[in-house]
Amino acid sequence: MPQIAQLAATYSSQIFWMLLTFGFVFFVIGLGMVPKVQSTVDARDKKIADDLDAAKASSAAADALEADWRAKENAARSDAQARLAAAKADAAKDREARLAAADAAIGEKLAAAEAQIEAGRGKALGEIEAVAAEAATDIVRRLAGAEVSSDAALQAVKAVI
Amino acid sequence: MHQFTIEPMFGTDHWAIGGYNIAFTNSAMWMVLAAVVIWAFVALGMKRQLVPGRWQMAVETMTGFIDNLLSANVGPEGKKFVPYVFSLFMFILCANLLGLLPLGVIGSHAFTFTSHFTATGVLAILSFSIVLIVGFARHGFHFFSLFVPHGTPGWLLWLIPVIELVSFLVRPFSLGLRLFVAMMAGHILLEVLSSFVINSANAGPGWGLMIGVPSFLLMIGISALELLVAVIQAYVFALLTSLYINDAVNLH
Repeated sequence: MPQIAQLAATYSSQIFWMLLTFGFVFFVIGLGMVPKVQSTVDARDKKIADDLDAAKASSAAADALEADWRAKENAARSDAQARLAAAKADAAKDREARLAAADAAIGEKLAAAEAQIEAGRGKALGEIEAVAAEAATDIVRRLAGAEVSSDAALQAVKAVI
Repeated sequence: MHQFTIEPMFGTDHWAIGGYNIAFTNSAMWMVLAAVVIWAFVALGMKRQLVPGRWQMAVETMTGFIDNLLSANVGPEGKKFVPYVFSLFMFILCANLLGLLPLGVIGSHAFTFTSHFTATGVLAILSFSIVLIVGFARHGFHFFSLFVPHGTPGWLLWLIPVIELVSFLVRPFSLGLRLFVAMMAGHILLEVLSSFVINSANAGPGWGLMIGVPSFLLMIGISALELLVAVIQAYVFALLTSLYINDAVNLH
């Protein structure tokens, strides 16, 4: 086994070169380069975490904005609906009032027309009575030769009609 | 056993510091190679883009893996140890995987320096030293309370700390030996099976078909297993180191 057979002759060289090469690896690579690699990794991790945080914050802001907009829209919608309802109510009231006014005017006209008709009829009736009484007086005079007063004839006609 | 032999290269066998030989061996060359591979791997993933490319993603996956390992086992204070555990894990992983390169097909052969306990021992002692330094720096002599687990009955106080102390002191050995044994065992197994293939084929076509072909099929499977072992041993080393660091930082 060369490890033991050559021990006395080679141990110093082995230890020397081992310390030298491992020293190079430790001081140049381990202490010099590895921290830089790690700082790169840490910087990347930090950047990713920061970006994620920023994205989360933006998302939250967008959500808040959307909620805000929704609330505003809801308010506008309900406001519009209220206005619509008020306008409708106004219109209905207005229409009712106009209808009532028109109704009243029509009623008045109707009543006036009815009264006119009534008056016309009364007058016509009076004229018919007068004509009938005159005719009756005439008929009585011609048939019976009796003279009937116009008042009596009028009474008799009124009783018949 | 030739594959574990350490040979000085480029005529550097006389290099020495204070009488200690520091020849640039094939083992040292593969250590340098592993270091260069890790450096290239990480350097190519250092574009530091916000949206990573494939290579950057791979490097960040590795550092993230070690980061998770430490934060799971040590907690938030484990972040400080990411450079060390990352270096440890990548160095062992590259050494194990580079040692498995099929360079035999081009006439060379790979060397797995993690199959030498002189190499793994250095890493184990480093990990153990870090545990000791961190433990005593953070808790002072209170660190010794590590040897008295919660709920120890009073009449066992003469025994439990001794057992805990022994298990604590064994850690560097188990850490270093586990890696060395696992890597060496895998390579020896492949070597034994390949010698079956060669020797049986040399003995005749019948033997070759009867022993060589099944051995070769087994070698294919075990090569896949070795790739898994290479990763798992690196992971185990990093995991145990992080558990020991947890002991030092949080005292159970």
